[in-house]
Formats: sequence, structure tokens, C-alpha cells
Amino acid sequence: MRRDPKVLLMGEDIGPLGGVFRVTDGLHREFGPQRVVDTPLAESGIIGTAVGLAMAGYRPVCEIQFDGFIFPGFDQITTQLAKLTYRSGGRVPMPVVIRVPYGGGIGAIEHHSESPEALFAHTAGLRVISPAAPADAFTMIQQAIASPDPVLFFEPKARYWDKAEVDVEAPVDLSEEAVSTGLHAARVVRPGTDVTLAGYGPTVKTLLAAADAAEQEGHSLEVIDLRSISPLDVATVAASVRRTGRLVVAHEAPVFFGAGAELAARIGEQCFYDLEAPVLRVGGFHMPYPASVHEEEYLPGLDRVLDAVDRSLAH
Amino acid sequence: MDVSSTTDTHPTPVTTSTSADPDTLVQLLDPQGRRLDHPRYAGWAAHLDDDAVRGLYRDMVLTRRFDAEATSLQRQGELGLWPPSLGQEAAQVGSGRALAAQDFVFPSYREHGVALTRGLDVRALLRVFRGIEHGGWDPKAHNFHLYSFVIGSHALHATGYAMGVQRDGDVGTGEPDRDRAVVVYVGDGATSQGDVHEAMVFAAVTNAPVVFVCQNNQWAISVPTAGQARVPLSRRGDGVGIPSVRVDGNDVLATYAVTAEALDRARSGGGPTFIEAYTYRMGAHTTSDDPTRYRTREEEESWRQRDPIDRVRAYLGRAGRADAEFFAAVEAEAEELGRSTREYCRALTASPATAMFESVYAARHPLVEEERAAFEAYQASFAEPTRDDELHAPVSDARAAVAL
Repeated sequence: MRRDPKVLLMGEDIGPLGGVFRVTDGLHREFGPQRVVDTPLAESGIIGTAVGLAMAGYRPVCEIQFDGFIFPGFDQITTQLAKLTYRSGGRVPMPVVIRVPYGGGIGAIEHHSESPEALFAHTAGLRVISPAAPADAFTMIQQAIASPDPVLFFEPKARYWDKAEVDVEAPVDLSEEAVSTGLHAARVVRPGTDVTLAGYGPTVKTLLAAADAAEQEGHSLEVIDLRSISPLDVATVAASVRRTGRLVVAHEAPVFFGAGAELAARIGEQCFYDLEAPVLRVGGFHMPYPASVHEEEYLPGLDRVLDAVDRSLAH
Repeated sequence: MDVSSTTDTHPTPVTTSTSADPDTLVQLLDPQGRRLDHPRYAGWAAHLDDDAVRGLYRDMVLTRRFDAEATSLQRQGELGLWPPSLGQEAAQVGSGRALAAQDFVFPSYREHGVALTRGLDVRALLRVFRGIEHGGWDPKAHNFHLYSFVIGSHALHATGYAMGVQRDGDVGTGEPDRDRAVVVYVGDGATSQGDVHEAMVFAAVTNAPVVFVCQNNQWAISVPTAGQARVPLSRRGDGVGIPSVRVDGNDVLATYAVTAEALDRARSGGGPTFIEAYTYRMGAHTTSDDPTRYRTREEEESWRQRDPIDRVRAYLGRAGRADAEFFAAVEAEAEELGRSTREYCRALTASPATAMFESVYAARHPLVEEERAAFEAYQASFAEPTRDDELHAPVSDARAAVAL
């Protein structure tokens, strides 16, 4: 925001309160109400006016308070924001970021723990990303804001309390290449030789814990942080699968028609002769997000991931 | 208002004391072509001399002729669909001519007359309806945004754009060439959409320089205005604290006047206005529907008596404000526009199929590149012209009509 006066934040309660998760804490004081805008309580209004502001040359960063409340803005995101660059023949770029705290594991009530990322990944014109660690979040949000395309920035709310060293003075690569391709490159966060585990956002930490546990049993698991759901960096996963011959993909969203299905299909196409076992998916069940008393069973936790690893290795 | 100096998060609510009576139609030219006085709005059209009124007449005749040609082209299978503007020429030309060059317009999909007043080559509108492009023109060339087909969605875009104008400091400077307003056109049906209501809420609380022009043409496809509201639509502005006015939308002078006042208020920092232009769609909603199923001949005839062009013609003809030569010249110009529209339309051809992969994203995108490469390889695998080439030949067959 200091670097670019055209960047402004919009959302509910993001001003003096600093957002319900305090992500924008202090920004209202520094940048004032014209750049940190407490909007009326209307999600379609937030996204729709952000579209207009982008047309006027601004770079709005919208906050949707919780994942389950993005749907009143769904129409503006999918029929307007995603399509205006295309329908204008490239004359009207849409540099809008939509920040969405998402996912479960915090004992919240209904509509406060959802993972709707696949709905947006299915929509051409949008980029859908999710950081898994503090330093990456710091870099990715800046690259998302620099992107000339609309970015759905899914923030794993169960990881808001994770702490790590972040060098805020280190330069962030905001070049066109870094923003258009690098932002979406998957990363091998733990090398291994027996099974590839792939996930994004909140599940990466779970996958790393699974790899730790498997090591005790003598299995070497490679963990990939996809970082981006759309586009999907299939090449990095395929390179890993060619070494390990096995893939388990995990996410909190329901497995059916989820990001894991797309990855499994593509790995099936590209690595058919390298695979020692079918690609297995671990994730949410085909149901609305359950009451929080059951969420531990619903979420792809350590045990369910390790069970999938065992099933893969059994082939 | 210099918003950069505003420190208060929530601006003081505006009062609605600037509203005109929402139940009374503002009129400056009656259906017989007699100019009327109005205590509040006559002054805003007082400078329109005979020359200016002749200009408004010309714009309306050209709009009607262009629209008639496009309607015919659809009937001949040259366009996939067309939303006729017949009957709404005064609402569009009157409001459009009140705009300054630097104002920005967000049209719905029937604002052919507004497009004409913006200096856009209206024939370019056909690119969308012939299925050549989704956009068709450069919005910045004439400050006229692309047509919008999701009802009311663009009311939010207009309001957001107006919030940008505020932040640019282009409001209330007193410099006539700098201060800008934004105008959005919606229909009567759109006022039922949440987006229009949200846009009015955002506009009201931010005091954005946006003017909502609601052309109440009485029918949202087949549902009458009574199916959208039990009060005059202009009262919806009052509900959120936006000054509102109800104008005879078939009166080009009155529409001009109320829009000019609203624009002046917006540009000078006075905030948004809601205008209900009370008019009538003489044709079908689009060429896909059949008005005889939902309304009567009698109703159409009663509105024909209030035709927006006839009354200006009567006004100009009376006392010799325009002679036969003028009317003939306008007629000739309209005929030429019709002829060239036909020619332009038939000459429109598709770009190569690979063009559909362009501009999905503004920056490089691996998936689009991958799919484009696969499509090109697939196409190249055919030695002979492909079925795809035939599909993208100039449109000549009547297409399956799709209602908007």
C-alpha cells in the first residue's frame, strides 16, 4: 500500500476493528478511510464496486469475512470479475484480489469453515491460490496484488496463529514472470522417495506431520505444497510421481469434483506408466461442513492421510 | 468534495430534501408538442434553442432508424438477437445529450440511443449481437462501457467507478472540464435486483458521483412494473437517501433537464441521484419474445399517442422552427445510416477460432497456453478445411433465439 497509492482495501469491519481476524489491524490508522474502506454489509456490493474501481484504475483488495459468506458475491465474481478481461478483448484488466479466510479446524459455527475453492477454480478468468506458511503468505499476497488478473486468495484460517520468521525487508519479485507463473508454481517442501503427498493451504502442515510420522515407520514421503489451485502446477507433481510412483492428494474441501480430482486425472494422463498405485484422494465428505463436534473426523487429519499412504504402498 | 481530506469513516447522511415529488412526472414538452414551464427544471433546458432541439430530433430519428434496421437484420437471420429501443428514444437521447465528454456511462443492453449521443459508431453494437465478439468496442474511446447482460450487475460497477472518480479528486473542483459524473442505465425490472439496491446503498453512503437512470419501459420481458413494485420506482431512491425524480421519459427536453441537474449535483460533490424515466417499450423485449402474449393493442396504441419523436416534430413544425428541407435531410441521413448498417453487418466476419483463447487472462496462464497448443495441433492435423472453419464462416443462418 505504501508502494502503490492505487491499492485500497475493502471489506466489512476491516477499518478500526482491523477485521474479525485482525489481518488489517493498524492499516486504517495509517492509510485512512479512503484506502481502508469499511463497506456496507453486502458482499455483492463489495465485489461489484471493486470491479468498478478496477475499471477506474485502482487495485482493490476485498476481504470476505468468512468462506461461507462469499456466495452473495458469487455472481459478481463469476459473471463479471472473471469475464470482463475476456469480453473486452483485453481492454479492461481486472486487478482485483479477494481475500477469503477459509477452512475448518477452529470450532466455528455453520458457514464459518467452508472450502469453496473448487467453485472458483472451475471458472476461467480467475486465479485461485492459497498460502500454507507465513513467509509464503507475505510474498504471495504482494504478488497477487501485483497481478493484472483477479486472484482469489484463500487464507487458511486454522493457520492464522502459526508463527514463523518473515524477512519483511527482503525484496519480493513482482516481475511479470514471477506474478504470472512463479506465483503459481508448486514447491517441494520435503523431499522423499516412497510416496508423493500433495496439498495446499491448511493441509500442507498436516502432510508434513504425516511425513514425520511415516519416517518413524521407515517410509520416506515427499510433500508438495501446490500453492495454487488454478492454475495447477501439474508438472512439479508429475516430476515427483515419476520418482516415487505414488501420489496421495489431500484437501479439506469435499473430494467429489474437488481440486484433487483434477490433479489425479492429469497425473493419470501424464504418469500412467510410472504409477505403482492409483492416485488416492483424502478430503472432506459429500456433505455440508458438519457441526464442529465432528470436524476432526471430517477433516483430512494425520491418520486418514497415513491410512491413504498405507493403501497406496499396499499396491 | 475533496475526499482525500475526509477523515470520517462514515460521512454525514445526506437528506432527501433535494428530491422532487416522486409521484409527479416532470414534463417540459407535452404530447401535442407544446413547451411547458416547470418551476424547478425548465431552467435546465432553457438554453436549448431551436438548433439544439433540431439536434435532439435528429438523434432520435437516427436511433429509431438504426434500431429498425437491426431488428430487420435479426429477422433476416443476420443477428442472433436484438433488443429494440423503439419508443425509448427520448429517454436515451435526452439523458445522453446532458452528459459531458468526461462523464462515464455504464449502459445496460438497450442503450443504442445513448451510444449514438456518445459519438460511438452505433453499428459496432452489432458485433455483439452477431456473435463476433462479447465486447465490440473500446469503452474508453467514448467513455461508454460495454453492454451488460446480467441485469443490474453494472450498477455496482458504475458506483465503484464513481468511487474511483472521487478518489481521483475529480469531484467538486469547480473546473468544468475536470469534474466528472458516472451514469448507469437500468430497467424497471433491474430495480428488483439486489445488485441495484446494493449499488444505491454504496452510492448513498459514499456520496458517489453516480446518476441512476432507470428507464421504466413498463415491461420486464412479460412482467409489468406492478410485478416489481407497488410504488413509483423513484421512491426506491428515497429509501436509501438518494434524491429522486420521476420524469416523462418520452419527453426529450424533460429527460435532458432532470439529467442535467443530477449530473451537475454529482460533479459538484452533491452525490447520487435516482431518475425514473417513465417511458414505454413499443417493440418486443428482444426479438425472441412476443408482446402480443402479454399486453394489449389498446395499451400500445395509447402509448403511440405519446410518441417521443412525434411531439418534437410537432414542436419544431409549429411556428416554423424547422422547415421541410430539415426534415427531409434528417430522413435522408437516417436512410443512409440504415443502408450502411446493413452493409456493415453483412461484412462482419469471425476471427480465426484460435482468437477465442486470447484475453482469458491479462497475464500468461499455463493452462490456457496448453489448451491452445493442443487445439492448434488438433486443427493442424486436418489437411482439408475443417468443420470448425465452416462453423466460423460469416453468420448467415437464422440462429436459435435466446431470450436475455
